[in-house]
Amino acid sequence: MTVPPRTHRATPGQTVGPFFAYGVEFDRMHQVVDPYAPGAVLLGGTIRDGAGAPVPDAFVEIFGADSDGRVPQARGAFRRDDHTFTGFGRAFTNEDGRYEFFTRNPGAPIGRAAFFAAIVYARGLPDRLHTRIYLPDDSAALAADTFLSSLVPEERATLVATRTPEGHLSHDISLQGERETVFLAF
Amino acid sequence: MTAEAIAPPVNSLAAPDRASQREITAEIGELHAALEQRERSGEAIPSTVIDFPAYRSSILRHPTKNLKLVDPETVELLSPAFGQRDVGAVESDLTIQHAGEPLGERLTVRGRLTDSWGRPVPNQLIEIWQANSAGRYIHQRDQHPAPLDPNFTGAGRAITDDAGEYAFTTIKPGPYPWKNHVNAWRPAHIHFSVFGSSFTQRLVTQMYFPGDPLFALDPIFNTIWRQKDRDALIGVYDHDLTSEEWATGYRFDIVVDGPDATWFENEGE
Ligand SMILES: [Fe+2]
Repeated sequence: MTVPPRTHRATPGQTVGPFFAYGVEFDRMHQVVDPYAPGAVLLGGTIRDGAGAPVPDAFVEIFGADSDGRVPQARGAFRRDDHTFTGFGRAFTNEDGRYEFFTRNPGAPIGRAAFFAAIVYARGLPDRLHTRIYLPDDSAALAADTFLSSLVPEERATLVATRTPEGHLSHDISLQGERETVFLAF
Repeated sequence: MTAEAIAPPVNSLAAPDRASQREITAEIGELHAALEQRERSGEAIPSTVIDFPAYRSSILRHPTKNLKLVDPETVELLSPAFGQRDVGAVESDLTIQHAGEPLGERLTVRGRLTDSWGRPVPNQLIEIWQANSAGRYIHQRDQHPAPLDPNFTGAGRAITDDAGEYAFTTIKPGPYPWKNHVNAWRPAHIHFSVFGSSFTQRLVTQMYFPGDPLFALDPIFNTIWRQKDRDALIGVYDHDLTSEEWATGYRFDIVVDGPDATWFENEGE
Protein backbone atom coordinates (compact mmCIF):
# COMPACT_ATOMS: atom_id res chain seq x y z
CA MET A 1 0.00 0.00 0.00
CA THR A 2 1.37 3.41 -0.88
CA VAL A 3 0.91 6.57 1.09
CA PRO A 4 -1.36 9.10 -0.66
CA PRO A 5 -0.16 12.69 -1.02
CA ARG A 6 -0.76 15.00 1.92
CA THR A 7 -3.75 17.27 1.47
CA HIS A 8 -3.35 19.56 4.50
CA ARG A 9 -0.40 21.78 5.29
CA ALA A 10 0.98 21.21 8.79
CA THR A 11 0.43 23.88 11.43
CA PRO A 12 3.88 25.25 12.25
CA GLY A 13 5.29 25.03 15.76
CA GLN A 14 6.27 27.90 18.03
CA THR A 15 8.30 28.28 21.21
CA VAL A 16 6.64 27.49 24.53
CA GLY A 17 7.85 30.90 25.73
CA PRO A 18 8.77 31.64 29.33
CA PHE A 19 5.41 31.19 31.06
CA PHE A 20 4.37 27.64 30.20
CA ALA A 21 4.53 26.17 33.71
CA TYR A 22 0.97 26.80 34.85
CA GLY A 23 -0.40 25.86 31.43
CA VAL A 24 1.07 22.39 31.09
CA GLU A 25 1.52 21.23 34.68
CA PHE A 26 -0.38 18.21 35.93
CA ASP A 27 -0.33 16.27 39.15
CA ARG A 28 2.76 14.08 39.74
CA MET A 29 3.63 14.58 36.10
CA HIS A 30 7.26 13.47 36.45
CA GLN A 31 6.27 10.36 38.39
CA VAL A 32 5.39 7.92 35.63
CA VAL A 33 5.59 5.42 38.48
CA ASP A 34 5.63 5.94 42.20
CA PRO A 35 9.26 6.52 43.30
CA TYR A 36 8.97 3.70 45.84
CA ALA A 37 7.31 1.18 43.55
CA PRO A 38 9.32 -1.96 42.72
CA GLY A 39 11.27 -1.45 39.50
CA ALA A 40 11.14 2.35 39.68
CA VAL A 41 14.21 4.03 38.22
CA LEU A 42 15.24 7.65 38.40
CA LEU A 43 15.97 9.12 34.97
CA GLY A 44 17.53 12.56 35.28
CA GLY A 45 20.03 14.99 33.88
CA THR A 46 20.86 18.57 33.10
CA ILE A 47 19.85 20.58 30.05
CA ARG A 48 22.54 23.02 28.92
CA ASP A 49 22.79 25.76 26.32
CA GLY A 50 25.60 26.48 23.87
CA ALA A 51 27.66 28.21 26.57
CA GLY A 52 27.31 25.24 28.89
CA ALA A 53 24.91 27.13 31.15
CA PRO A 54 21.97 25.20 32.63
CA VAL A 55 18.57 25.93 31.08
CA PRO A 56 16.14 26.53 33.95
CA ASP A 57 13.06 27.20 31.81
CA ALA A 58 12.77 24.03 29.74
CA PHE A 59 10.70 20.90 29.98
CA VAL A 60 11.11 17.35 28.77
CA GLU A 61 8.49 14.79 27.85
CA ILE A 62 9.16 11.06 27.72
CA PHE A 63 7.06 8.28 26.28
CA GLY A 64 8.31 4.78 26.86
CA ALA A 65 7.25 1.18 26.56
CA ASP A 66 6.60 -0.88 29.67
CA SER A 67 9.33 -3.26 30.87
CA ASP A 68 7.88 -5.99 28.65
CA GLY A 69 8.25 -3.79 25.56
CA ARG A 70 4.54 -3.14 25.18
CA VAL A 71 3.64 0.50 24.47
CA PRO A 72 0.88 1.67 26.83
CA GLN A 73 -2.31 2.63 25.06
CA ALA A 74 -4.69 2.87 28.01
CA ARG A 75 -6.50 6.17 27.96
CA GLY A 76 -5.59 8.65 30.65
CA ALA A 77 -1.90 9.40 30.10
CA PHE A 78 -2.08 11.97 32.92
CA ARG A 79 -3.48 9.44 35.35
CA ARG A 80 -1.33 8.57 38.34
CA ASP A 81 -3.39 5.86 40.03
CA ASP A 82 -0.47 3.62 41.05
CA HIS A 83 -1.60 0.67 38.95
CA THR A 84 -1.91 1.95 35.38
CA PHE A 85 1.42 2.47 33.63
CA THR A 86 0.87 5.19 31.03
CA GLY A 87 4.50 5.52 29.91
CA PHE A 88 4.14 9.28 29.58
CA GLY A 89 5.78 11.86 31.79
CA ARG A 90 6.64 15.54 31.75
CA ALA A 91 9.32 17.26 33.83
CA PHE A 92 10.26 20.92 34.17
CA THR A 93 13.91 21.76 34.66
CA ASN A 94 14.74 23.39 37.99
CA GLU A 95 16.98 26.41 38.62
CA ASP A 96 20.01 24.19 37.96
CA GLY A 97 18.64 23.02 34.62
CA ARG A 98 17.97 19.57 36.03
CA TYR A 99 15.01 17.38 35.08
CA GLU A 100 13.99 14.13 36.80
CA PHE A 101 11.54 11.33 36.14
CA PHE A 102 10.61 8.23 38.07
CA THR A 103 9.70 5.55 35.57
CA ARG A 104 10.45 1.99 34.48
CA ASN A 105 13.19 0.72 32.23
CA PRO A 106 11.47 0.34 28.86
CA GLY A 107 11.67 -3.06 27.24
CA ALA A 108 12.23 -3.76 23.55
CA PRO A 109 11.70 -6.67 21.16
CA ILE A 110 14.50 -9.27 21.47
CA GLY A 111 17.74 -8.00 19.99
CA ARG A 112 16.49 -4.43 19.66
CA ALA A 113 17.85 -1.47 21.63
CA ALA A 114 15.42 -0.06 24.20
CA PHE A 115 14.88 3.70 24.44
CA PHE A 116 12.58 6.42 25.69
CA ALA A 117 11.16 8.72 23.04
CA ALA A 118 11.81 12.23 24.34
CA ILE A 119 10.87 15.79 23.37
CA VAL A 120 12.55 18.97 24.63
CA TYR A 121 10.84 22.38 24.86
CA ALA A 122 12.31 25.63 26.18
CA ARG A 123 12.00 29.37 26.22
CA GLY A 124 14.27 30.48 23.38
CA LEU A 125 13.78 27.29 21.41
CA PRO A 126 11.60 28.24 18.41
CA ASP A 127 10.24 24.70 18.00
CA ARG A 128 10.26 21.46 19.98
CA LEU A 129 13.06 18.96 19.51
CA HIS A 130 12.66 15.19 19.31
CA THR A 131 15.39 12.93 20.62
CA ARG A 132 15.84 9.44 22.12
CA ILE A 133 17.27 8.27 25.42
CA TYR A 134 18.65 4.75 24.96
CA LEU A 135 19.28 2.35 27.85
CA PRO A 136 23.01 1.58 28.12
CA ASP A 137 22.72 -2.02 29.31
CA ASP A 138 22.42 -4.20 26.20
CA SER A 139 25.60 -3.41 24.31
CA ALA A 140 24.93 -6.01 21.62
CA ALA A 141 21.54 -4.46 20.84
CA LEU A 142 23.05 -0.97 20.83
CA ALA A 143 25.78 -2.11 18.44
CA ALA A 144 23.18 -3.69 16.15
CA ASP A 145 20.96 -0.60 16.04
CA THR A 146 21.06 0.73 12.50
CA PHE A 147 20.35 4.30 13.49
CA LEU A 148 23.00 4.44 16.24
CA SER A 149 25.46 2.76 13.89
CA SER A 150 24.97 5.55 11.37
CA LEU A 151 26.33 8.08 13.88
CA VAL A 152 29.91 8.90 14.83
CA PRO A 153 30.81 7.79 18.40
CA GLU A 154 30.56 11.33 19.83
CA GLU A 155 27.04 11.75 18.44
CA ARG A 156 26.00 8.30 19.55
CA ALA A 157 27.16 9.03 23.10
CA THR A 158 24.66 11.89 23.34
CA LEU A 159 21.76 9.45 22.91
CA VAL A 160 22.74 6.74 25.40
CA ALA A 161 22.10 7.22 29.12
CA THR A 162 24.57 6.22 31.84
CA ARG A 163 23.62 3.63 34.46
CA THR A 164 24.59 4.81 37.94
CA PRO A 165 25.75 2.37 40.65
CA GLU A 166 22.28 2.71 42.24
CA GLY A 167 20.69 1.50 39.00
CA HIS A 168 19.41 4.90 37.98
CA LEU A 169 19.77 6.57 34.60
CA SER A 170 21.72 9.76 34.07
CA HIS A 171 21.31 11.64 30.81
CA ASP A 172 22.33 15.23 30.07
CA ILE A 173 21.01 17.12 27.06
CA SER A 174 22.94 19.88 25.28
CA LEU A 175 20.91 22.15 23.03
CA GLN A 176 24.05 23.43 21.30
CA GLY A 177 27.83 23.20 21.30
CA GLU A 178 30.55 20.60 21.21
CA ARG A 179 28.50 17.94 22.93
CA GLU A 180 25.28 18.90 21.19
CA THR A 181 22.65 16.20 21.60
CA VAL A 182 21.51 14.48 18.43
CA PHE A 183 17.98 15.65 17.64
CA LEU A 184 15.69 13.84 15.25
CA ALA A 185 13.53 14.35 12.21
CA PHE A 186 11.13 11.59 11.16
CA MET B 1 7.38 53.97 48.72
CA THR B 2 10.68 52.31 49.58
CA ALA B 3 13.70 52.43 47.33
CA GLU B 4 13.38 48.70 46.89
CA ALA B 5 9.87 49.00 45.57
CA ILE B 6 10.80 51.50 42.86
CA ALA B 7 14.04 49.81 41.77
CA PRO B 8 13.68 48.35 38.27
CA PRO B 9 13.04 44.59 38.45
CA VAL B 10 16.04 42.38 37.80
CA ASN B 11 15.07 40.37 34.81
CA SER B 12 17.23 37.56 33.52
CA LEU B 13 15.09 37.41 30.37
CA ALA B 14 16.50 40.68 29.02
CA ALA B 15 18.74 40.48 25.95
CA PRO B 16 22.01 42.32 26.65
CA ASP B 17 22.40 44.16 23.34
CA ARG B 18 19.20 46.23 23.64
CA ALA B 19 18.62 46.48 19.90
CA SER B 20 16.00 48.87 18.58
CA GLN B 21 12.78 47.73 16.92
CA ARG B 22 14.09 49.16 13.68
CA GLU B 23 17.17 46.94 13.89
CA ILE B 24 15.14 43.85 14.79
CA THR B 25 12.66 44.47 11.96
CA ALA B 26 15.59 44.81 9.54
CA GLU B 27 17.11 41.57 10.85
CA ILE B 28 13.80 39.76 10.35
CA GLY B 29 13.67 41.00 6.75
CA GLU B 30 17.22 39.89 6.07
CA LEU B 31 16.68 36.47 7.63
CA HIS B 32 13.53 35.90 5.59
CA ALA B 33 15.26 37.01 2.37
CA ALA B 34 18.18 34.65 3.04
CA LEU B 35 15.82 31.74 3.71
CA GLU B 36 13.92 32.43 0.48
CA GLN B 37 17.21 32.41 -1.38
CA ARG B 38 18.21 29.07 0.15
CA GLU B 39 14.85 27.56 -0.73
CA ARG B 40 15.15 28.83 -4.31
CA SER B 41 18.47 27.04 -4.58
CA GLY B 42 16.79 23.78 -3.67
CA GLU B 43 17.24 23.46 0.08
CA ALA B 44 14.33 22.01 2.08
CA ILE B 45 13.66 24.41 4.93
CA PRO B 46 11.18 23.65 7.74
CA SER B 47 8.24 25.95 8.45
CA THR B 48 9.74 27.13 11.74
CA VAL B 49 13.45 27.95 11.68
CA ILE B 50 15.25 27.32 14.94
CA ASP B 51 18.28 29.39 13.94
CA PHE B 52 16.67 32.83 14.09
CA PRO B 53 18.93 35.30 15.96
CA ALA B 54 16.39 38.14 15.87
CA TYR B 55 14.81 36.07 18.68
CA ARG B 56 17.74 36.77 20.99
CA SER B 57 17.25 34.05 23.58
CA SER B 58 17.38 31.43 20.80
CA ILE B 59 21.00 32.24 19.97
CA LEU B 60 22.53 29.81 22.48
CA ARG B 61 19.55 27.47 22.64
CA HIS B 62 19.12 26.08 19.15
CA PRO B 63 21.03 23.08 17.79
CA THR B 64 23.47 24.00 15.04
CA LYS B 65 23.73 20.53 13.51
CA ASN B 66 21.14 19.16 11.12
CA LEU B 67 18.40 17.02 12.59
CA LYS B 68 19.09 13.33 11.92
CA LEU B 69 16.47 11.60 9.84
CA VAL B 70 15.37 8.37 11.52
CA ASP B 71 12.74 5.69 10.91
CA PRO B 72 10.18 6.00 13.70
CA GLU B 73 9.74 2.97 15.95
CA THR B 74 6.53 1.77 17.58
CA VAL B 75 6.72 4.02 20.64
CA GLU B 76 7.17 7.05 18.38
CA LEU B 77 4.32 6.06 16.08
CA LEU B 78 1.88 5.69 18.94
CA SER B 79 0.95 8.48 21.32
CA PRO B 80 0.13 8.96 24.96
CA ALA B 81 -3.60 8.24 24.95
CA PHE B 82 -6.35 10.37 26.37
CA GLY B 83 -10.08 10.11 26.77
CA GLN B 84 -13.09 12.27 27.55
CA ARG B 85 -12.77 11.34 31.23
CA ASP B 86 -9.33 12.86 31.53
CA VAL B 87 -10.49 16.45 31.41
CA GLY B 88 -13.41 17.96 33.27
CA ALA B 89 -15.91 20.03 31.29
CA VAL B 90 -15.06 23.16 33.30
CA GLU B 91 -11.43 22.95 32.22
CA SER B 92 -12.30 24.13 28.71
CA ASP B 93 -14.02 27.24 30.06
CA LEU B 94 -11.40 29.66 31.35
CA THR B 95 -14.07 32.15 32.41
CA ILE B 96 -15.67 30.03 35.15
CA GLN B 97 -12.66 28.93 37.14
CA HIS B 98 -13.09 31.57 39.86
CA ALA B 99 -15.83 33.17 41.93
CA GLY B 100 -16.37 36.01 39.46
CA GLU B 101 -16.08 36.61 35.73
CA PRO B 102 -12.75 37.73 34.29
CA LEU B 103 -12.53 41.13 32.64
CA GLY B 104 -12.10 41.24 28.89
CA GLU B 105 -13.67 40.32 25.60
CA ARG B 106 -15.30 36.88 25.95
CA LEU B 107 -14.38 34.48 23.13
CA THR B 108 -15.23 31.07 21.80
CA VAL B 109 -12.26 29.40 20.12
CA ARG B 110 -13.22 26.30 18.21
CA GLY B 111 -11.41 24.19 15.69
CA ARG B 112 -10.71 20.79 14.28
CA LEU B 113 -7.59 18.73 14.84
CA THR B 114 -6.62 16.68 11.78
CA ASP B 115 -3.56 15.00 10.35
CA SER B 116 -1.93 15.96 7.05
CA TRP B 117 -4.40 13.81 5.17
CA GLY B 118 -7.34 15.67 6.67
CA ARG B 119 -8.37 12.79 8.91
CA PRO B 120 -9.76 13.94 12.27
CA VAL B 121 -7.70 13.15 15.37
CA PRO B 122 -10.27 12.22 18.05
CA ASN B 123 -9.76 11.81 21.80
CA GLN B 124 -6.57 13.78 22.03
CA LEU B 125 -5.49 16.43 24.45
CA ILE B 126 -5.22 20.15 23.76
CA GLU B 127 -3.77 22.38 26.47
CA ILE B 128 -3.84 26.19 26.29
CA TRP B 129 -2.36 29.00 28.36
CA GLN B 130 -2.49 32.75 27.89
CA ALA B 131 -2.15 36.22 29.39
CA ASN B 132 -5.18 38.02 30.79
CA SER B 133 -6.94 40.87 28.98
CA ALA B 134 -4.33 43.32 30.30
CA GLY B 135 -1.46 41.27 28.87
CA ARG B 136 -0.31 39.82 32.19
CA TYR B 137 0.45 36.15 32.89
CA ILE B 138 -0.20 34.68 36.29
CA HIS B 139 3.32 33.19 36.14
CA GLN B 140 5.48 34.66 38.91
CA ARG B 141 8.28 35.61 36.53
CA ASP B 142 5.99 37.86 34.51
CA GLN B 143 6.91 41.34 35.69
CA HIS B 144 4.85 43.37 33.26
CA PRO B 145 3.30 46.05 35.50
CA ALA B 146 -0.24 45.36 34.28
CA PRO B 147 -2.93 44.16 36.67
CA LEU B 148 -3.54 40.53 37.51
CA ASP B 149 -7.19 39.53 37.29
CA PRO B 150 -8.33 37.64 40.39
CA ASN B 151 -10.91 35.89 38.23
CA PHE B 152 -8.57 34.64 35.55
CA THR B 153 -5.84 32.03 35.64
CA GLY B 154 -5.46 31.55 31.90
CA ALA B 155 -4.97 27.78 31.59
CA GLY B 156 -7.36 25.30 29.99
CA ARG B 157 -7.63 21.79 28.57
CA ALA B 158 -9.95 20.01 26.20
CA ILE B 159 -10.20 16.58 24.60
CA THR B 160 -11.11 16.43 20.90
CA ASP B 161 -14.41 14.74 20.06
CA ASP B 162 -15.01 12.02 17.46
CA ALA B 163 -14.79 14.60 14.66
CA GLY B 164 -11.52 16.00 16.06
CA GLU B 165 -13.32 19.14 17.23
CA TYR B 166 -12.42 21.07 20.35
CA ALA B 167 -13.76 24.29 21.87
CA PHE B 168 -12.65 26.73 24.55
CA THR B 169 -14.37 29.68 26.17
CA THR B 170 -11.92 32.34 27.27
CA ILE B 171 -11.21 36.06 27.04
CA LYS B 172 -9.05 37.80 24.49
CA PRO B 173 -5.47 38.07 25.80
CA GLY B 174 -3.74 41.43 25.66
CA PRO B 175 -0.42 42.08 23.91
CA TYR B 176 2.50 42.27 26.33
CA PRO B 177 6.03 43.68 26.48
CA TRP B 178 9.09 41.47 26.67
CA LYS B 179 12.80 42.13 26.79
CA ASN B 180 14.06 40.79 23.48
CA HIS B 181 14.87 44.34 22.39
CA VAL B 182 13.91 47.88 23.36
CA ASN B 183 10.12 48.42 23.38
CA ALA B 184 9.43 44.85 22.24
CA TRP B 185 5.78 43.74 22.32
CA ARG B 186 4.29 40.34 21.56
CA PRO B 187 1.12 40.28 19.44
CA ALA B 188 -1.83 38.89 21.42
CA HIS B 189 -1.75 35.09 21.38
CA ILE B 190 -2.93 31.90 23.03
CA HIS B 191 -0.36 29.11 23.53
CA PHE B 192 -1.50 25.67 22.31
CA SER B 193 -0.03 22.27 23.16
CA VAL B 194 -1.45 19.46 21.04
CA PHE B 195 -1.14 15.67 21.01
CA GLY B 196 -1.67 13.89 17.71
CA SER B 197 -2.20 10.18 17.22
CA SER B 198 1.56 9.69 17.06
CA PHE B 199 4.28 11.09 19.35
CA THR B 200 6.04 12.30 16.19
CA GLN B 201 3.06 14.64 15.64
CA ARG B 202 3.46 16.46 18.96
CA LEU B 203 2.91 20.18 18.41
CA VAL B 204 3.28 23.30 20.51
CA THR B 205 2.25 26.51 18.82
CA GLN B 206 0.51 29.87 19.31
CA MET B 207 -2.78 31.19 17.94
CA TYR B 208 -2.97 34.86 17.00
CA PHE B 209 -5.81 37.27 16.18
CA PRO B 210 -6.58 38.87 12.80
CA GLY B 211 -5.10 42.25 11.93
CA ASP B 212 -2.65 42.55 14.81
CA PRO B 213 -0.34 45.52 14.09
CA LEU B 214 2.51 43.78 15.93
CA PHE B 215 2.86 40.84 13.50
CA ALA B 216 5.67 42.29 11.40
CA LEU B 217 7.59 43.44 14.47
CA ASP B 218 7.65 40.17 16.38
CA PRO B 219 10.67 37.88 16.03
CA ILE B 220 8.87 34.87 17.56
CA PHE B 221 5.96 34.98 15.09
CA ASN B 222 8.51 35.46 12.31
CA THR B 223 10.54 32.36 13.19
CA ILE B 224 7.87 31.02 10.83
CA TRP B 225 9.40 32.49 7.76
CA ARG B 226 6.73 31.91 5.08
CA GLN B 227 3.73 34.19 5.01
CA LYS B 228 1.31 31.34 4.27
CA ASP B 229 2.54 29.42 7.34
CA ARG B 230 2.24 32.47 9.56
CA ASP B 231 -1.28 33.00 8.24
CA ALA B 232 -2.18 29.49 9.43
CA LEU B 233 -1.61 30.61 13.03
CA ILE B 234 -4.14 33.43 12.84
CA GLY B 235 -7.57 32.49 14.14
CA VAL B 236 -10.37 33.24 11.69
CA TYR B 237 -13.29 35.33 12.89
CA ASP B 238 -16.42 33.25 12.34
CA HIS B 239 -19.77 34.92 12.84
CA ASP B 240 -21.47 31.52 12.95
CA LEU B 241 -19.43 30.80 16.07
CA THR B 242 -20.36 34.12 17.60
CA SER B 243 -23.17 33.72 20.11
CA GLU B 244 -25.80 36.39 20.58
CA GLU B 245 -25.21 38.68 23.58
CA TRP B 246 -22.43 36.40 24.79
CA ALA B 247 -19.13 35.88 22.93
CA THR B 248 -17.37 36.44 19.63
CA GLY B 249 -16.16 33.32 17.84
CA TYR B 250 -12.84 32.38 16.23
CA ARG B 251 -11.97 29.25 14.33
CA PHE B 252 -8.49 27.74 14.69
CA ASP B 253 -7.99 24.45 12.86
CA ILE B 254 -4.83 22.52 13.64
CA VAL B 255 -2.98 20.08 11.38
CA VAL B 256 -0.42 17.76 12.95
CA ASP B 257 2.13 16.24 10.62
CA GLY B 258 4.07 13.04 11.00
CA PRO B 259 6.15 10.75 8.83
CA ASP B 260 4.51 8.60 6.14
CA ALA B 261 4.27 5.74 8.64
CA THR B 262 1.62 7.66 10.57
CA TRP B 263 -0.71 7.24 7.61
CA PHE B 264 -0.76 3.47 8.09
CA GLU B 265 -1.06 3.69 11.87
CA ASN B 266 -4.33 5.54 11.58
CA GLU B 267 -5.78 3.55 8.71
CA GLY B 268 -6.12 0.49 10.90
CA GLU B 269 -8.50 2.09 13.36
FE1 LIG C 1 3.01 34.15 25.54
